[in-house]
Amino acid sequence: MTTQAETRAPAGRERQAVRPGARRRRVARVLLYVAAVLLSLWVLVPLYLITVTAFTPRDHIFDFPKPVVPTHLSGETVDFFARSSGVISALGASVLVALITLAISTALGAPAGYALARYAFRGRAAYRLAILSTRAFPIVILAIPLAVTFLTWGIFDTLIGVALMHTALALPFTVLVTSSVFVSVPKELEEAAQTLGCTPFGAFARIVLPMALPGLAAAGIFTWELSWNEVFAATILTLDHPTLPALVVNTLQGASLPYRFAAAWFMLAPALVGIFLIRRYLLGLWSRVGH
Amino acid sequence: MSQAAAVPARRRGLGWAPYLLVLPSLVFLAVFFAVPMFQAFGLALQSPSGSGYSLDAMRQMVTDGAFARALSTTLLLMVVIVPVQFAVALGMAMVINARLKGATLWLYIFALPLGISELASGIVWFSIFTEQGWLNSMLQQLGITHQSIVFLDYQRPWLVLATIVVAEAWRATAIIMVILVSGLQGIPRDFMEAADVFGAGVWQRLRHVVLPLLKPSIRVALILRTILALQVFATVVALAGGTTTVLANEAYRWYYRLRDPRVAAAYASLVLLLSLVSTVVYLVTIRTNEERLG
Repeated sequence: MTTQAETRAPAGRERQAVRPGARRRRVARVLLYVAAVLLSLWVLVPLYLITVTAFTPRDHIFDFPKPVVPTHLSGETVDFFARSSGVISALGASVLVALITLAISTALGAPAGYALARYAFRGRAAYRLAILSTRAFPIVILAIPLAVTFLTWGIFDTLIGVALMHTALALPFTVLVTSSVFVSVPKELEEAAQTLGCTPFGAFARIVLPMALPGLAAAGIFTWELSWNEVFAATILTLDHPTLPALVVNTLQGASLPYRFAAAWFMLAPALVGIFLIRRYLLGLWSRVGH
Repeated sequence: MSQAAAVPARRRGLGWAPYLLVLPSLVFLAVFFAVPMFQAFGLALQSPSGSGYSLDAMRQMVTDGAFARALSTTLLLMVVIVPVQFAVALGMAMVINARLKGATLWLYIFALPLGISELASGIVWFSIFTEQGWLNSMLQQLGITHQSIVFLDYQRPWLVLATIVVAEAWRATAIIMVILVSGLQGIPRDFMEAADVFGAGVWQRLRHVVLPLLKPSIRVALILRTILALQVFATVVALAGGTTTVLANEAYRWYYRLRDPRVAAAYASLVLLLSLVSTVVYLVTIRTNEERLG
């Protein structure tokens, strides 16, 4: 392939080729912008539509055809959803489960991430491979055997039970991402601090932690969202104390349309804020996980 | 892997430190990941009396009326969704990698669905595809149709499946896109410029330069995405209601509604097996260059 192309582009014709090449590149550029706009609309339009629907009062939600530019806006439908039975407590459960998940997976995962980033130890490659390979398993489906175990442990239908399941889901991510965050903090700084009299822990707390904090926070927000969005395991592992997605999935069949639309918006909004907060870290978070 | 060589042995006196740091995560994953995996198979093979083993739950799963439909729908969704998402994600990744003006804005927009749950996305598309929904509304306002089309019609399962594919493509393309973009950024600029100098067009460049170098990322994204497609659940509940079913929904139904954890575990085992098979297939069929040389 290469040799063919080489013979086809002799040096003498180069100048002639500049013009059409430049034009082609400009056309390609314009096409790329068109693609960017179309792909953005594909992502954004449904988000716009659900937001408009959720903020249309219930009397007008069944209007047809629907005005694309909303004529009636109010928080009435969202308010109705929030007052529906079980929603507030499910909302609280969701927030708490996500916070507990974040706490446990950081407590267990960040030290392992630090070890991966800073130490060469026997078994390091094997450990990394084990963590990576968990992605080849549909972890949420493990909620079924875990539910049976949790019944005997007495933590079925509890926040901690759901959080433990979500931690199993989040922990491999936490380990890999925190390791890439710690790798990005220069080791020399940490060593310099130790030479200047810091204990290993002191060097970590005073030098590494402050520098790693933004990356760790971004990873934390993503972990929180992982738990906030998880449906299947939360549905299997709860009964009377569901998280928000579990509550909505169980009541969906009989639910009114305004209830469904407001529910979707309630689940979306915090997650979108989270993605906004970590927008600078999106690629960094995944680059290490992807390889 | 390459990172391992860069880490020098240090702090000889604290040789046990890394093991201490790694241990808690290993113990946790053993208890909440490895053990439940074996338990899923154990539970699925448990005899009804609870003592000894039998294929009773497996038989119950296979002879159930919904089994064939759940299995075929899941596999069909997987086969359709994964390539569709790959095409869209590759398009997004090429746009991002072209470093247009506002590159961070495009990336943020394309990545937004990373934060959207399966359930929320199902309801979003339900609001579009339902009979009095946005799609019918727009089609009629534009004068394309005069009567509402019933997209979510249980008598036309193909149409319902198509809406599920659209919803999943909308939500879960972002994760593939991000993995591909970080893979693309690892391709040295010189390679692209070289291809350019030798007169390679956009398509040739994609086919002979980008895709081969992107293989490791593609493999990871394919594995991740296929596993996710095999456990699709809430999108189906939100869009299809009870009209069609997938493996995860059956696991849920047997556990939650029929209160039979053994059959539910049989479904869980089936999903686990399918995931393992698909991962092995990807690892064998998509070889990276280094592996082929070695």
